[in-house]
Amino acid sequence: MSTLSKTTDNQRNWWLRQRWLLLRRMSQFAVLALFLLGPLAGIWLIKGSLNSSLTLGVLPLTDPFILIQSWLAGRQFGTQALLGALIVTGFYFLVGGRVYCAWVCPVNVVTDTAHWLRNRLGLRGNTRIQANTRYWLLGASMLLALLTGIAAWELVNPVSTLQRGLLFGMGTSWLLILAVFLFDLAVSRRGWCGHLCPMGAFYSLLGKYSPLRIRADGRDACDKCMDCFDVCPEPQVIRPALFGKKDGTGPLINEANCTNCGRCIDVCSKEVFSFGTRFNNKQSFGPEQAGINPSTEFKAEQFKQKEARI
Amino acid sequence: MSDSLGKPAGRAAPKKLDRRRFLSDTAKTGCAVLLTGLGLGAYASKSAALPVQALRPPGARSEDVFLGTCVRCGLCVRDCPYGTLKLATLGDDVLIGTPYFTARDVPCEMCEDIPCVAACPTGALNPDLGDIDDARMGLAALINQETCLNFQGLRCEVCYRECPLIGEAITLELRHNQRSGKHALFIPTVHSDSCTGCGKCERVCVLPEAAIKVLPANIAMGQSAEHYRWGWEEKERAHKSLVKPDPRHRYNLPEGIGYDNEGVGLIQDKTQLPEPFPENPLDSLNQGSKERP
Repeated sequence: MSTLSKTTDNQRNWWLRQRWLLLRRMSQFAVLALFLLGPLAGIWLIKGSLNSSLTLGVLPLTDPFILIQSWLAGRQFGTQALLGALIVTGFYFLVGGRVYCAWVCPVNVVTDTAHWLRNRLGLRGNTRIQANTRYWLLGASMLLALLTGIAAWELVNPVSTLQRGLLFGMGTSWLLILAVFLFDLAVSRRGWCGHLCPMGAFYSLLGKYSPLRIRADGRDACDKCMDCFDVCPEPQVIRPALFGKKDGTGPLINEANCTNCGRCIDVCSKEVFSFGTRFNNKQSFGPEQAGINPSTEFKAEQFKQKEARI
Repeated sequence: MSDSLGKPAGRAAPKKLDRRRFLSDTAKTGCAVLLTGLGLGAYASKSAALPVQALRPPGARSEDVFLGTCVRCGLCVRDCPYGTLKLATLGDDVLIGTPYFTARDVPCEMCEDIPCVAACPTGALNPDLGDIDDARMGLAALINQETCLNFQGLRCEVCYRECPLIGEAITLELRHNQRSGKHALFIPTVHSDSCTGCGKCERVCVLPEAAIKVLPANIAMGQSAEHYRWGWEEKERAHKSLVKPDPRHRYNLPEGIGYDNEGVGLIQDKTQLPEPFPENPLDSLNQGSKERP
């Protein structure tokens, strides 16, 4: 299957085929490095952790997810935390809520590695989990905060646990991270980030109306190689925009769960995808007005098979 | 016509299946999430109990408020200049991610500018704490008199010397040394109105296991009943004794024995003391009865 999809006439150079992935990894490690500069090299640009930090002694940043839990737990908090949460909320509203997941979150590196290894080992076992389970868990974590009076999700949140472990000492916290890794590797495909993480669900909601979006403006050039579906951490978000022309759906990937990771832009040899804004979502937008690439019958069949698998 | 007839029939079958599947999936997810929530809730309430030897940073609000307010960011840990504070990890008994310190390892140095409190973005460490001497991280308690060297009559008193509030939070109270009969015991005594719970005394205790330990105040302290009145304190407040002086004793005292009401007590006049055992045993029993009115 993969040989079929990789045989497309790819004139794009190596950089074009990897750039968003590389930029994204650079972003993830840069964030971690900025935090680690203090404890490792004594250069305190950023203090604290992703939960709440202070940059250069002036810029407060606070995770709104935990602050809302704190608020539901019936607690009042200082202005620094509140201001930090407002800044973070505003930023992710502008660039896309789940940009946090794809470009900042350290667990993403863990689960992406698990996914890569899963493909390399050809592991097929997949426990079907509803993708909206994360919203249930989001509701549960909020309810727990309300009932227990503490931000209960923080007890098991692998995101803060991993980053805190790297910055302040891991203890036995790595067990939790290993559990997430193994879960994604052997139990469920894209299980944690794509189905369970309530933090991701929170940021999805936060970025539901974000102006920055991936667009499939060049969808008329699509040859249904399915490469984008293969790499996308949330494959269900692509379909309406990519194949929606006949239903009158615009080329905008208007799904809160899209992480704006840009990997689809990397892999598409037809350059269907690009970063854009949510505005001007007209149906017939694109360089070519030709119909769907007259692909062969077997390609359509492959498409159906892959679709069923995903 | 056939198209319009066929369509509903064609849709009805998958729709029914979809609904069944939707309901069962939703029920499964709901149950799984409910179970997770219950487990997490139980875990949360269990791990909310702070071990007695884990101390919160200065200015920390009461434990339940603190746990709800602290966002586990570690800013207080970063700004602690002495490496006293640490964040709990998964293996610790302290709730994960929250700051604490262990007095015996690294006590609080009681910085005057209290940088940990200044760093706290949420106010889980109360910013109103202006003076570090007002901090109440715990309360020192000399909990083992059997091993404390000063209780044995030695002059160790390292805890007293190292206390940042020497002479206020810990004083040395003199007591008679009954063992030697002629020396004094210098008893280290903690005063809850001054002790901040910084943990220095526990840190420096020379014993392999400290005889003085910092504990949460509610564990280290007893509580006096509300209706108790200490006579000597009331006397001081009223500038006079609140009870009438004793009337003259009219007890049936043996001959030659008096009683001093001013505090001396029984007075024996040795010279006039009669023979303790008269010849007639009845005299001994009736002793003094003749003087009775």
